[in-house]
Amino acid sequence: MEQQFDTSKIGMWLFLATEVLTFGGLFAGFGLMQNKYPMEFIEAHEKLKRWAGATNTVVLLVSSFTAVMAVLMARTNQAKKCAMYLWLTVGCAGIFMCIKAYEYTHDFEEGLYPAKYYSHVGDLIPGSHGYATFFSFYFMMTGLHGLHVLIGMGLMSWLAIRASRGEFSDKYYTPVDLVALFWHLVDLIWIYLFPLYYLIT
Amino acid sequence: MSTHTEHADNPKAETLKYVATLVTLLILTAITVGASYINFGPGNVVIALFIATVKGIIVALIFMHLMHDKPVNAVIAVAGFIFLGIFLLFDFLDVDSRTNPQPINLHPAPPAATAPATAGAPAAAAPDAKKE
Repeated sequence: MEQQFDTSKIGMWLFLATEVLTFGGLFAGFGLMQNKYPMEFIEAHEKLKRWAGATNTVVLLVSSFTAVMAVLMARTNQAKKCAMYLWLTVGCAGIFMCIKAYEYTHDFEEGLYPAKYYSHVGDLIPGSHGYATFFSFYFMMTGLHGLHVLIGMGLMSWLAIRASRGEFSDKYYTPVDLVALFWHLVDLIWIYLFPLYYLIT
Repeated sequence: MSTHTEHADNPKAETLKYVATLVTLLILTAITVGASYINFGPGNVVIALFIATVKGIIVALIFMHLMHDKPVNAVIAVAGFIFLGIFLLFDFLDVDSRTNPQPINLHPAPPAATAPATAGAPAAAAPDAKKE
């Protein structure tokens, strides 16, 4: 059993490494375009709400904590608490998505769309492709990250139901451990997305 | 699960460790948001990415258990970031060593009236573009 657990974990880490490279490619593209359109990127980033990004960072950090607690509870045979912590993690992820939806709605109202749909008026450098490029990257990266959050919510709801049925114990908690690893990676990616999009001027 | 018994023995101590980690991460978030309101020039990017990296390492070591886990998992994680580092390094070396990363054939075409006079120019410029 232990060998199976270790093997599953190595597989999960390999998957996480590919995730790092996926997002890494997007980060590289963002960096290159920032290099090309520095003025536009600074102006565009100021349209994002710093408080929303900061709140989402806090929410995700708390959800990472509840995820790691769920693993601890599974491993120490406290099935009910394990389920509770998993539901708390799902709840935090839900709050994250709500704030993100609010942000997106606000962006769309201002015409801050990606690529050729960008229709914001009153930019300092009219006609520059830099603004649309910024929002293409913004929606691509936060959107892909949001997709990961949604997948994580689904996985953790499934685990919470299984946990309340008493399926996990110190003998077997592999799924809880692996999904928690996935969840921490989602948090880790946001740790980089937040300063790059919301803070850097 | 012999590798995990040392943690499972003391869930209280583990909980405390996770709470302390969460508080540390929240403090670092507050610092990075605070620092973003002060203008350090190019230093802002360095500070923000440095704090993000510190936070990322804390998450990986404690929340993702790399600190007490089998080393092979840490090797995979570090390898992922090393390859990302190589990728980013050569990307930015490339950007820094050229003035215009756009291929020359994407420049607007010359006006029709002057086109015959400069007809040789794009052809002459093309080999230079390849060398860049």
